[in-house]
Amino acid sequence: MSGMVIKGKTCDWEIVCGLEIHCQIISKSKIFSGASTHYGSDVNQNVSFVDAGMPGMLPVLNEECVHQAIKTGLGLNAKINKYSAFARKNYFYADLPQGYQITQFEYPIVGEGFVKIELENGENKNIGIERLHIEQDAAKSIHDISPTKTFIDLNRSGVGLMEIVTKPDFRAPEEAGAFLRKLRSIVRYLGTCDGNMDEGSMRCDASISVRPVGSSELRPRAEVKNVNSVKFAMQAIEFEAKRQVEIYENGGEMRQQTCQFNQMTGQTKFLRFKEFSDDYRYFPEPDLPPLVLSDEFIEEIKRGMVELPDAKKERFVRELGLTPYDAGVICENKEMAEFFEKAAKGHEAKKVANWLMGDFFAMLNEKHLGLEESPISAENLGNLVELITQNVINGKTAKDVFAIMVETGEAPEKIVEERGLKQVTDSGAIEKVIDEVIAANPDNVAAYRGGKTALMGWFVGQVMKASGGKANPGMVNQLLKQKLG
Amino acid sequence: MTDLTKLTIAKAREGLKKKEFTAVELAESYIKNMELKRGLNAYVCETPEKALEQAKASQAKIDAGRGGDLEGIPLGIKDLFCTQGIATTACSKILQGFVPPYESTVTAKLLAAGVNFLGKLNMDEFAMGGSNETSAFGPVVNPWSKDKPLVAGGSSGGSAAAVAAEMCAAATGTDTGGSIRQPAAFCGVTGIKPTYGRCSRYGIIAFASSLDQAGPIAKDVRDCAIMLKNMAGHDVKDSTSAKNMVPDFEKVLGGDIRGLRIGIPKEYRPAGLNEEIAAYWDKAAAMLEDQGARIVNVSLPHTKYALATYYIIAPAEASSNLARYDGVRYGKRIDGEHLEDMYVNTRTAGFGAEVKRRIMIGTYVLSAGYYDAYYLKAQKVRRLIRDDFVRAFEQCDVILTPTAPTAAFAIGDKTMRQDPINMWLNDVFTVSVSLAGLPAMSLPIGLNKNGLPLGMQIIGRAFDEETVFKAAEVLEKQAGFKGAK
Repeated sequence: MSGMVIKGKTCDWEIVCGLEIHCQIISKSKIFSGASTHYGSDVNQNVSFVDAGMPGMLPVLNEECVHQAIKTGLGLNAKINKYSAFARKNYFYADLPQGYQITQFEYPIVGEGFVKIELENGENKNIGIERLHIEQDAAKSIHDISPTKTFIDLNRSGVGLMEIVTKPDFRAPEEAGAFLRKLRSIVRYLGTCDGNMDEGSMRCDASISVRPVGSSELRPRAEVKNVNSVKFAMQAIEFEAKRQVEIYENGGEMRQQTCQFNQMTGQTKFLRFKEFSDDYRYFPEPDLPPLVLSDEFIEEIKRGMVELPDAKKERFVRELGLTPYDAGVICENKEMAEFFEKAAKGHEAKKVANWLMGDFFAMLNEKHLGLEESPISAENLGNLVELITQNVINGKTAKDVFAIMVETGEAPEKIVEERGLKQVTDSGAIEKVIDEVIAANPDNVAAYRGGKTALMGWFVGQVMKASGGKANPGMVNQLLKQKLG
Repeated sequence: MTDLTKLTIAKAREGLKKKEFTAVELAESYIKNMELKRGLNAYVCETPEKALEQAKASQAKIDAGRGGDLEGIPLGIKDLFCTQGIATTACSKILQGFVPPYESTVTAKLLAAGVNFLGKLNMDEFAMGGSNETSAFGPVVNPWSKDKPLVAGGSSGGSAAAVAAEMCAAATGTDTGGSIRQPAAFCGVTGIKPTYGRCSRYGIIAFASSLDQAGPIAKDVRDCAIMLKNMAGHDVKDSTSAKNMVPDFEKVLGGDIRGLRIGIPKEYRPAGLNEEIAAYWDKAAAMLEDQGARIVNVSLPHTKYALATYYIIAPAEASSNLARYDGVRYGKRIDGEHLEDMYVNTRTAGFGAEVKRRIMIGTYVLSAGYYDAYYLKAQKVRRLIRDDFVRAFEQCDVILTPTAPTAAFAIGDKTMRQDPINMWLNDVFTVSVSLAGLPAMSLPIGLNKNGLPLGMQIIGRAFDEETVFKAAEVLEKQAGFKGAK
């Protein structure tokens, strides 16, 4: 049981939460026009007559967007609907040029599915997917140029979106966080959405209600809009759930409502009751025929699917002997997983994973570098591990070599060779050093022999130091034990 | 020299080819007529300079022996078609000053075939109306008017009047519920609404997307065939345009109709049908029978629901299609304190009464709680109406009916003013065909006792305009209607 329990005066409460995520589809052109989707262009540059809602203009469905939606649906283990249809959602706003949004209502392109999430306690949970549908994005209102006027940038108008709706399966903020990370990972693996919540290419709304633990009822919910980071989503769910518990505990009633999330305070705030919300007057889009997919079309997309994080993780555990935790961390990011696979090729994968998640991650973090900017290539990281495995260098030297690799980007073999860092495995040479250490420290030798065996570590350290760190630590231990006997 | 404006397209084309006159002379004679008959109010924007310029270019092509199929033919264009660089307003104040930076597919095809544009033709505002009285430019006067001015019909009133008055060789029209056929009948000219999907809707200002179709209004059946051939065809920019090949409609003309089965639907002869119209209907059937056709009684049992169905579906789509006229990006804008005020001010001033009425009806029938009872029900009835035709066409090849229940009525007619339903009843014979998406032609059959033309409608199977043309041409010959005013 991983759910969060909120203690109340009258009873214990549990959270019931579902998410709605809007993912901007990665495609060259917009979903119903040929205009570019390039992010960061000058305002109103990527605008066709269709995107501007000019008279007589008609939408034409971009097949690439359909492709991307199906791919994503398959990534969500979901049913692909061979028949889907578009509908108009009617409302007036200055950033909605047509006066309606073309979306899918009754017949979404993707039906039910699920996403597996891993929780911190090691448990897995499947989060149900209700549906995925495709639609067009609105333009952007810019309110901060003039105190009296709003400006409109139509570049975003008509960019393709996938709206993914989950079942109300979340029982804790942590679960929602894990889901969002997993979803982001899946769409990035698939290349269907870049998943950047801070740039708005992935946007999240949360529907939250609470109920007494043990009950199966669904109480009126609050829809919290635009919780646009994993952290914010988790904060919003927790705060809103507690707010609702307080309402009930104080004898109040909840009505279905829309709330706003304040990123500064992490709090949610009542915005309006749902009963008074707009009537969108959905009806079938007469400008677009229903979207009918053939089995061959879907099969072809299936054949082209990449290995997804869950499958990759399983393979890393099964074939490479990684722990599920390590495999999970490495597989969250596709590029990281690929980097790892390259590094581990022909080497001891578990050791490579340790290095990757230890010193390597720490180095990237410390230097604020992305993986693609890493001074150490995947091959060189693998070769470094190989030098340890082959007893060419010991672990301590390896850390020094690693530091040099970060600075110079050179291959570890070259560094070890040129700087004479090969570890000493000649027992004669090590014995010579040990003899010198024993001779120089008669008191400690006596203490050790008198029963203070904890001094062994000190002796090892002295020998390593005297060997310039190059002595094989295993051999040092073994020989010291013999000599100190 | 003969009056060139009397020539059909077929004759004018011949004369141009034989160098009997030049394209410039042809254009000039129409321009002269436009000036003489300006009182009819058929044109809302005249482009004589453009026409002459195009005529010069056409003549050069003709001289070089490489003219298009309609090289040098001067046309009038309904103001619903977006024409690049020429003001296009749908005869609404809300589009005052709008000059499209793009060309509709249909007009682009006509231009490519060599036509010259004389100007834009008057119409009911946004094609909503049956008398051309809802135009922001005022009503068109029917050239057949005697003592008092009569309506030209609508919505393509300008197109029908201009053809009848020889102010253009032919005109484009659009038909949503009868907007080509009814004005053609009122003005004693010929017009065809092709099968839904036959012509691209790209660049035609949308009224009701699932019903709107472009078609020609011309002096005779042959000219309609020549025009339609050059207007029709699949267009990637309109996803509802049909991929069917466009036949050479002219080729079927002059064929005999022996054995052709002519359906007479009993539901189109209600008690109280105008006697003269009923008599002409019988006469037309007899003429076709004389030529070897067989008369078959058929039934279209859901006919009585057609008007109600149409006046739910068309306004529903219109309410959404017209949402884009919000004053934000083009056309009229009347500022307000807040965004909503700007919308209200702009749309209040910009739309006429009939357009507002239909937006309100459409908004109502799509609203939550009413959608199922109105829109959804209407869609189901639409299917039944379509099925009626499919069944009827098992027994016959074309269906013959009157085009409208009356001849042209007076401008400002009181009964029409009292109740908009009276105006809508004028569509009773044309809307079923529109709901079923079928091709139908109106051609003049004779004059009533007041000397006003009456029209007959020939309805065909989907994408079987050829049989419609064939039957219509035979009837045209037999009726011997002496056209233009």
